[in-house]
Amino acid sequence: MRRLALLLALVAAPAFAVEPDEVLDDPALEARARDISAGLRCPVCRNESIDESNAGVSRDLRLMVRERLVAGDSDAEAVQAVVDRYGEYVLLRPDASGANLILWLAAPGLLILAGGVAFVSIRRRASGPEDRLTEDEEARLRDILKP
Amino acid sequence: MLIELGHFALILAFATAIVQMVVPLIGAQKGWRGWMGVAEPAATAQFALTAFAFGALTVAFVTSDFSVALVVANSHSLKPMLYKVSGVWGNHEGSLLLWLLILSGFGASAAWFGGNLPERLRARVLAVQASIGVAFYAFLLFTSNPFLRMAVPPFDGQDLNPLLQDPGLAFHPPFLYLGYVGLSMSFSFAVAALIEGRVDAAWARWVRPWTLAAWLFLTVGIALGSWWAYYELGWGGFWFWDPVENASFMPWLLAAALLHSAIVTEKREALKSWTVLLAILAFSFSLLGTFIVRSGVLTSVHAFANDPERGIFILMILAVFTGGALTLYAARAHAMEAKGVFGLVSRESALVANNVLLAVAAMVVFVGTLWPLVAEMAFGRVLSVGPPFFDAAFTPFFVALALLLPFGTLLAWKRATGVRVLRQLWPAAALAGALLLLGYALGSGRSALGPLGLALGGWVIGGAGIDLWSRSGRGTTRARLARLRRLPRADWGRGLAHGGLGVTIIGIAGLLAWQQEDIRVAEIGDSWSLGRYEITLDAVRETRGPNYVTTMGDMTLRASGAEIATLHPEKRFYPVAGMPTTEAGIDGGIWRDLYVVIGDPQEGGGWAVRSHVKPMAAWIWGGSILMALGGVVSLSDRRMRVAAGARRASPAPVAAE
Repeated sequence: MRRLALLLALVAAPAFAVEPDEVLDDPALEARARDISAGLRCPVCRNESIDESNAGVSRDLRLMVRERLVAGDSDAEAVQAVVDRYGEYVLLRPDASGANLILWLAAPGLLILAGGVAFVSIRRRASGPEDRLTEDEEARLRDILKP
Repeated sequence: MLIELGHFALILAFATAIVQMVVPLIGAQKGWRGWMGVAEPAATAQFALTAFAFGALTVAFVTSDFSVALVVANSHSLKPMLYKVSGVWGNHEGSLLLWLLILSGFGASAAWFGGNLPERLRARVLAVQASIGVAFYAFLLFTSNPFLRMAVPPFDGQDLNPLLQDPGLAFHPPFLYLGYVGLSMSFSFAVAALIEGRVDAAWARWVRPWTLAAWLFLTVGIALGSWWAYYELGWGGFWFWDPVENASFMPWLLAAALLHSAIVTEKREALKSWTVLLAILAFSFSLLGTFIVRSGVLTSVHAFANDPERGIFILMILAVFTGGALTLYAARAHAMEAKGVFGLVSRESALVANNVLLAVAAMVVFVGTLWPLVAEMAFGRVLSVGPPFFDAAFTPFFVALALLLPFGTLLAWKRATGVRVLRQLWPAAALAGALLLLGYALGSGRSALGPLGLALGGWVIGGAGIDLWSRSGRGTTRARLARLRRLPRADWGRGLAHGGLGVTIIGIAGLLAWQQEDIRVAEIGDSWSLGRYEITLDAVRETRGPNYVTTMGDMTLRASGAEIATLHPEKRFYPVAGMPTTEAGIDGGIWRDLYVVIGDPQEGGGWAVRSHVKPMAAWIWGGSILMALGGVVSLSDRRMRVAAGARRASPAPVAAE
């Protein structure tokens, strides 16, 4: 029974997400709100954005983002308002600052490294000694070919 | 009684696996044929015993035997038969048993069809395969025994998680496991080769079919899972970059890389040590995936039956096998000297580029998935890494891969001329350009993603077509068409798989760039328009299913006045599990899906309704099917058949000169 309760808590209920009464009248503003919501994590769910989530707090956050936008905030200001309240955790796209640079630079760094290693080793092998005979071999070849 | 027999069979299988792990390995080392010969019957017996245990558990589920604890926790007498059966693997214990069944099945097929393998290599492969089995039998028997009885059997069960009661998800785990576990064969071959100290073209030829099979099963499994998310979770997303999805995606990327590097090893005897390393890594990532899913260290929407103690056990398995194999690799890799020499512009180099890009892409997913854990432990920052990160960090590598792909398939081995390939590719470039313009015209400049994705997909598909056409040689069009039909199946497989990738790219770009959405409160009889469609809510009914009650909407879909379809979105409630699910109403088509979801009744009357137009949605899964089909066609090529080498070993008599 405990397992079941756990399952219930863990598996997110299928979401209806954005409710009709939340939608803003101004389509441009609404589109901005949706974009922002897709990048903010629902604080109580399992890996869902507030745009997808059914939870009450997500609804509150969606409304909050919309209120800020209506009040004239920029996208960044609206996001910052949510981050101020719930912390960095709600950002689905971690900012590239401090230790997070490791996260952002890991892949490009690796690409440069792997590409470099591959390039150098192919170049070396392509022009490597395997193509040509060693001096000894050439001497033997001359011996053999000598009439 | 049957349950106890099943339990007993599982213990016997464990014992058999231990024998299979130890005896052939010693035999191979000492050159004792009798000891090596143990591997084959042991592999067969292990498979038969595990199959019996699995059968016993299946019978318990089918007959709803509520004296078995696992059945009580995951089944219900009213559940449809399909989900009684899929309930066997819809839980931790049963899915591990399925994992073992597949593992022993792969081992047994290596014993049955590996007749042409050198005796020593085969003994070692089977021993390594058995050692993986030993670890998992121990895990199953000691921490998660599926055959435990209830002291007091209850009257009925607690039902399977309703989200899992779905045809797409019923078959999602078996395919995924076939893929995960299939990679164990590549791993076993790699470790056996390292013990042997020899990797040659023949070895690569034996590894390829197993890797290809694993990759194609993974493709099907991932596609099924994403299709399920699309129609079941209720907002029409198909990929969430969730840790558990990533767990299956990393092995897929590495298996794809392995598939390509093994070609270089087979044809040109180059990239040997890299291929071996990839084989080890691919399976290690499968194990890592298992760890992520079962341990619950990473929060995920898929979290199911997780338990920290089990997590530690899997972490140990992961450490032993990955650590052991990598140590062995470090000690032996230098023995595998490459023979093949190739230039900077060559098929080999293109495949190296493919491998670099796929491996780096896998690393992006890896780092992104584990970063929240690392950041919290090492830097004390509680943060999330979600879809926006992966979209930004992963996509460039895949775009580069897709751009390079057509070049790679056309370049000659060893030393190629780039200019000739460029000339060959102009039709693909023209197709891509045309699609780019079409995309801009259709999308009326809304976003660059749509047209660019369309062009990229067209470039890949066009490249796959040109690749096939270029294999048909010279001559009249008719002669070439005739020759096209007789091309080796492997060529067709490659064309299909690459084309499928292009189709999927078009699907993803089209859906993301051009989807339309409408959210509203609708009263019965209301109509609204979405794009060029008109949708009417005709009625909302309450009905009953076998083990649920449902609120079903009847909606009519019209385009320019003509009725196209009737859709039935549902909101189900499963009383036993106490959980609601949504079932989207979808009118599928080649160019677009129309997707409607019904929500809660509103206070002022009417129902919350969401409707979407999802352009090109079918292409995402159509492309995946093509990729998998390409794998199947390649596997059916006579060169790839595992026994093909045996036939070649006894050449047909040659006429005397």
